[in-house]
Amino acid sequence: MSQLLDLWTVLAVGAGVFFFFAGTVGLLRFPDTLTRLHALTKADNLGLGLVVLGLLPRVGSPLAGLKLICVWLLVLLASATASQLIARVARRAGPPA
Amino acid sequence: MNLALLFDGMLVVLILAVAVWTVTVRDSFAAGIGYAVYGLLLALAWVRLAAVDAALTEAAIGGGLTSVLMIRATVRLRAGEAAARAATPGPLPRLLAALLGGSVAAGLALVVLALPDPAPTLAPQVAEHIATTGLGNAVTAVLLSFRAIDTLLEAVVLIYALIAVWTLTPDRFWGGRPGPKYETDPNGMLAYLARLLPPIGIVVAVYVLWVGADLPGGKFQAGTLLAAMWLLAIMAGLTEAPPISRRWLRGVLVAGTVVFLAIGFAGVPLAGAFLAYPEGFAKPLIVAIEAASMLSIAFTLALLVLGPPERRDQA
Repeated sequence: MSQLLDLWTVLAVGAGVFFFFAGTVGLLRFPDTLTRLHALTKADNLGLGLVVLGLLPRVGSPLAGLKLICVWLLVLLASATASQLIARVARRAGPPA
Repeated sequence: MNLALLFDGMLVVLILAVAVWTVTVRDSFAAGIGYAVYGLLLALAWVRLAAVDAALTEAAIGGGLTSVLMIRATVRLRAGEAAARAATPGPLPRLLAALLGGSVAAGLALVVLALPDPAPTLAPQVAEHIATTGLGNAVTAVLLSFRAIDTLLEAVVLIYALIAVWTLTPDRFWGGRPGPKYETDPNGMLAYLARLLPPIGIVVAVYVLWVGADLPGGKFQAGTLLAAMWLLAIMAGLTEAPPISRRWLRGVLVAGTVVFLAIGFAGVPLAGAFLAYPEGFAKPLIVAIEAASMLSIAFTLALLVLGPPERRDQA
């Protein structure tokens, strides 16, 4: 059972790290603001979510697990809002020359 | 090689790189963003040093609030940025400034490196006497009991900073509302966030204040959170900043210091010294000071970000 949980942690955190890596590459390589935002939100939403899911079996108490999930939800809320606001400013500024 | 050491090494390199980048980047808006990143990385470093109290404060004040102040200042100064750049001093004054800054940094580094090992510490005395305060968090015990006078003066300094900002008010706006009137889409994302987040933020702030007696946390971190929630609601256009002439506002601003001083002077007849707490009452008194200070700090910090009044009070 514990080995299965270990495997789950390794898989989920590994997948999360992959999304962070892909998001960072996208942030550096994509051509304009909107596509860069798109890449970044993948890292925030999926990457952090998978890391949190992977760490859940390792927490000491249910309360700590709840805190982890709250952190993820708050980051989702903040990053969704921030990317909306940035995207709106980018659209108002017009397409890059 | 130790993994933790690898992480710490990378963190140090990253902090130094961001610091250099923040100082050298030409665009002041980018420098403001760099400063925020620097603050957050520094908070991580404090966590690695097991100084969670300092980390929370650094993340809230250094990474959050001060960066907002900087970014707002650059946006405000943008109109005059070209003129400022044209007036940039020549190579000689800049070289002198770099020399001065570099020698201060080198001097500090020398002093830190010359500290005896183990460094002089009062930690054993704190651990010995912490039971008399009824607190579990040594940092809070030092800040509000053993060195309460420092904390009192800190609170006073904050109010002085706000008075300094308010003195920049043009005469015709004196007593008016600080900051611009924020017009945003009432159904937009920002307004949505400003409705959803403050209840959570207020609960977290009160928790951080309450838990500060025994665990990392306290009035500064909690006050910053409250200030952020209030600023969010103001910037989303859900509420307006109050005119600075309001008596309740000025009352709240000084409440923390007044409560602190009142309890401090009450200590003279009751416990024999200024800022001494009567036996057995230390913890409730400290929590009372922290609660009042949290409100004052929240309002002071938010008003510092909003800046001097910019329009008349149309009440």
